[in-house]
Amino acid sequence: MKKEAKVIVIGGSWGGIKASQAILKQLPASYSIPIVMVLHRLRHFDGNLQIVFEKRVALQVTEVEEKEQLKPGYVYVAPSNYHVLLEKDQTFSLDVSELENYSRPAIDVTFTSAADAFGSNTVAILLSGASKDGSAGLKYIAERGGTVIVQDPQEAEVDTMPLAAIALVPGCQIMNSERIQAFLLSLHDH
Amino acid sequence: MKLEADALFEQAVETLIQDIHAQYGYDFSGYARASVYRRIRRFLGNKNLASIEELRKNLFQDSYFFENFLQEITVNVTEMFRDPTFFLALRENVMPILSTYPFIKIWDAGCSTGEELFSLAIILKEEGLLERTKIYATDINQKVLKQAKEGIFPLANMAAYTTAYYAAGGKTEFSSYYTSSYGSAKFDASLVKNVVFYPHNLATDSSFNEFHLILCRNVLIYFNRTLQERVFGLFDESLVSLGYLALGKKETLAMSQINGHYTCVDKSNRIYRKTT
Ligand SMILES: C[S@@+](CC[C@H](N)C(=O)[O-])C[C@H]1O[C@@H](n2cnc3c(N)ncnc32)[C@H](O)[C@@H]1O
Repeated sequence: MKKEAKVIVIGGSWGGIKASQAILKQLPASYSIPIVMVLHRLRHFDGNLQIVFEKRVALQVTEVEEKEQLKPGYVYVAPSNYHVLLEKDQTFSLDVSELENYSRPAIDVTFTSAADAFGSNTVAILLSGASKDGSAGLKYIAERGGTVIVQDPQEAEVDTMPLAAIALVPGCQIMNSERIQAFLLSLHDH
Repeated sequence: MKLEADALFEQAVETLIQDIHAQYGYDFSGYARASVYRRIRRFLGNKNLASIEELRKNLFQDSYFFENFLQEITVNVTEMFRDPTFFLALRENVMPILSTYPFIKIWDAGCSTGEELFSLAIILKEEGLLERTKIYATDINQKVLKQAKEGIFPLANMAAYTTAYYAAGGKTEFSSYYTSSYGSAKFDASLVKNVVFYPHNLATDSSFNEFHLILCRNVLIYFNRTLQERVFGLFDESLVSLGYLALGKKETLAMSQINGHYTCVDKSNRIYRKTT
C-alpha cells in the first residue's frame, strides 16, 4: 500500500514546546498536511499555547474545537484538560475521561486514534519530555505501517520520553530537530 | 495484519451497537466512534476478554454485566466547580436574572455522580435562590444517579475543590458544606432537597418540562453532529423564552440549527441565551 502522509501528530512534554517551535518555524503557511500537537502542561495551566506558537510560526495555530474538520495549513493544539481523538471523517472528538500516563491531554490517546483513523498515512513525532507518555501510541502507529520519528535523545532537553519510545519501538527513526524539519518539508514537496 | 484486525474490530462494534439497541434499548449509534473504540478496548482489557465475541456472550446473557459495561462506555469523570470561571459567570451574570422569577427550574443533563449538581446548589444557596429552585438532575446511567443522590465524594479531592470554589466566587468556608469521615466528604443533604433525580437518555427520550436554565456540560463531546442536533432540538423545546443554556468549555452551539435563536452571552464560558 502506498503511503501518503495525511496527518502529522506531534507529542511532547518537558522541553517539547521549544522543540516543536524549532521544527514548525520553517514550515510555509501553505503547508499541505494538517498538524496536531499534544503538549503536556501543568494540569490547570490555562495559559494559551496558541499565543506562544502564533508569533513564531507561519501556519495558522488554533486550539482544537470538537467536531472541527482537519484542514491543511493549520496546527491544532490540544486544549488543557481534554484528550484529543481523531475520527475517520477527519474531525476531532474531545474527551474528559481519566488521565492517562498522569496526563490529560495524553499523547497515547491522540496517537492511537490517529492510527485508527489514518492507518499507515499517519506521521508521528515524539519529542523531549520527562514522561513515558507517547511510546505506546508510537508503537501502535508503527504496527499499522505509519511513520514514527523520535527526537534524538542527545538533543532533547529531557531524554526520558525519547528513550522510552526507542526502547519500545525498535523501528522508529531517530532524528534531531533540523532533520525532522527537513523531513516534514520533503513531505510537502510533491 | 493489524489494519485488517482493526477493520474487523470496527465492524464488530457496529453490530454490537445495533444488538445492544435491540436487546437493551440503549442507542449508541450517534456516539463519536474514536472514544467508543477506546472505551471498548479498555473494557476488554479490564475484564480480560480476548474479543468482541467474548464480550457479546457476557453482555447478552447477563444484564448485570451490561450495567457494568454501560458505566465503562459512558465517561463519568467529573469534578466540583469544573472550570471555576464558568461557575463564577453563572453566579454573577445568570443568577441575578434567574432571581427575577418567583420559581426557578433548572435541568442538569448528564449530571454524572453529582459534583456539578452540588456545585450548582452551593451557588444557588449563596445567592439566596436555592429555596425557590427545583433542579432536575438526569443521566443515562442509573448507578451514577444513585451516587449523585448521596453526595459523598473523596475527601482527597477537597483541597482542589476548595481552591476551585473560591475561584468561583465562594462566599464562606467550603468545609461548612460537608462532614468528613473515613476518607469521604458527605455533602449537606439539604442542598439537594429540591432536586429530583431520574434516568433520561438524551439520545432517545423526549422533553419533559420547561426550564429557565439547562446545564449540559461535557456530554455532547461524545456525540456525533447528528445526535448533537437532536439534543439541541430537545433543549430548545425545553427552554423558556430568554432561558439559558450552558455547555462545556469546549462545546459550542455555533454549528447548530438552533443557533440563530440564541445569543452567546459569554463566549469563553459557553453560556447561551434563547432570544425568542
Ligand atoms: C463526562 S460526564 C460530565 C459530567 C458533568 N456534566 C461535568 O461536566 O463534569 C458525561 C456524563 O454524560 C452521561 N451521558 C452519556 N450519554 C448520555 C445520554 N445519552 N443521555 C444522558 N446522559 C448521558 C454519562 O453517563 C456521564 O455521566
